[in-house]
Amino acid sequence: MTNSIHDMGGMHGFGHVEPEPGEPPFHQRWEGRVLAMQRAMGFTRLWTIDAGRAALEALPPLDYLGSSYYRRWFLGLENRLLQRGLVAADEIAAGRSLRPGAALPRTLSEADVEKTLTRGDFARPTNTPACFEPGDRVRTRNLNPATHTRLPRYARGKTGTVEAVRGVHVFPDTAALGAGDQPQWLYAVVFPARELWGEAADPAITISIEAFEPYLDPA
Amino acid sequence: MPDDHAHPNDPMHGSELSEMDIRVRALETILVDKGYVDPAALDRLVEAFETRIGPHLGARIVARAWADPEFKRRLLADATEAVNSAGHMSPVGSHLIAVENTPATHNLIVCTLCSCYPWEVLGLPPVWYKSAAYRSRAVIDPRGVLADFGLTLPSETQIRVWDSTAETRFLVLPICPAGAEGWSEERLAALVTRDSMIGTGLADAPHETVPA
Repeated sequence: MTNSIHDMGGMHGFGHVEPEPGEPPFHQRWEGRVLAMQRAMGFTRLWTIDAGRAALEALPPLDYLGSSYYRRWFLGLENRLLQRGLVAADEIAAGRSLRPGAALPRTLSEADVEKTLTRGDFARPTNTPACFEPGDRVRTRNLNPATHTRLPRYARGKTGTVEAVRGVHVFPDTAALGAGDQPQWLYAVVFPARELWGEAADPAITISIEAFEPYLDPA
Repeated sequence: MPDDHAHPNDPMHGSELSEMDIRVRALETILVDKGYVDPAALDRLVEAFETRIGPHLGARIVARAWADPEFKRRLLADATEAVNSAGHMSPVGSHLIAVENTPATHNLIVCTLCSCYPWEVLGLPPVWYKSAAYRSRAVIDPRGVLADFGLTLPSETQIRVWDSTAETRFLVLPICPAGAEGWSEERLAALVTRDSMIGTGLADAPHETVPA
């Protein structure tokens, strides 16, 4: 979802950042298991990384805010498994499998773990030239789709400058819906803080987003 | 990691913790029974993130960049290519971007929409990086966020905030502290803190670490 609680940039009221000296990778054993299950199920190709993000964004706001990070992941994973019919509610209630599993495109073996520890490549070929080049002035569109997007609210309808062309990447807005990669040119677009937050903002601060071409118009 | 935090019957521990332990175990049991996941693969994943993938990997990259101007030039041009062709470094996937701190400009990395983080070179993100406080404030009040880390920069220092809204991943190349000139890469790497590679801190000064 787009205008849901996950889109936090610029909100007030969440207090100070609290660094934790000597923080362990996981605070509870179950957190590691959730991370591993998430990655193993991601490997099956049943859904894309963007569909995974969309599942977290679809959590009710109070669940999202009231849950630790890995609890959110767990809830998102459980919801997706239920929605896809891969696990049934009576099985969740029973805490065990009550019927055979579905056939998956592939599953993650111990031997394959190592190769999942290098990130995938999201670049895709294209025949379409880029609309923008570094130095171009662009205005972000005022997009409010009810589905997944990576254009944050604070940067909609704002004028900035293209700083870099990243290449052509999988488009999260369609990939999250299972509607395919539909690759799009990706740019780094930089804004003065005053463009985003008003005249009182610090003139020495700039903020950039990574913006897909369908988010942008010439300015 | 020893299972020393799961105390389902201990009232001193929060109910969410015991509830989550039970729910996660149940889901894992179901997924294993159905053949969706291999518990040995899960063990390997947890082990990798607990023991092998961490900020020491990023620190090696930064130290090399400090010691070797040609590597630094290549790192800033294409970090993925530079790291993968450097030797003695863990390979990284596509779209890694290094951004250089200078006396004039300080870089700060955030993901306002979720928790995107260069985990291949820094390990798992700390809880604060994923917190609402950091995600909400980094883009509107970066100086306030830096103050939460005890870091105050001169008001004339430009601050550049990078919101990780796509699959590009950012690694800050901190300023090499004075007094470390001519040091070996190994000694330099010991000065590179995780937070200095996110932008919420600076590299340690040489006197802050035990001499190698």
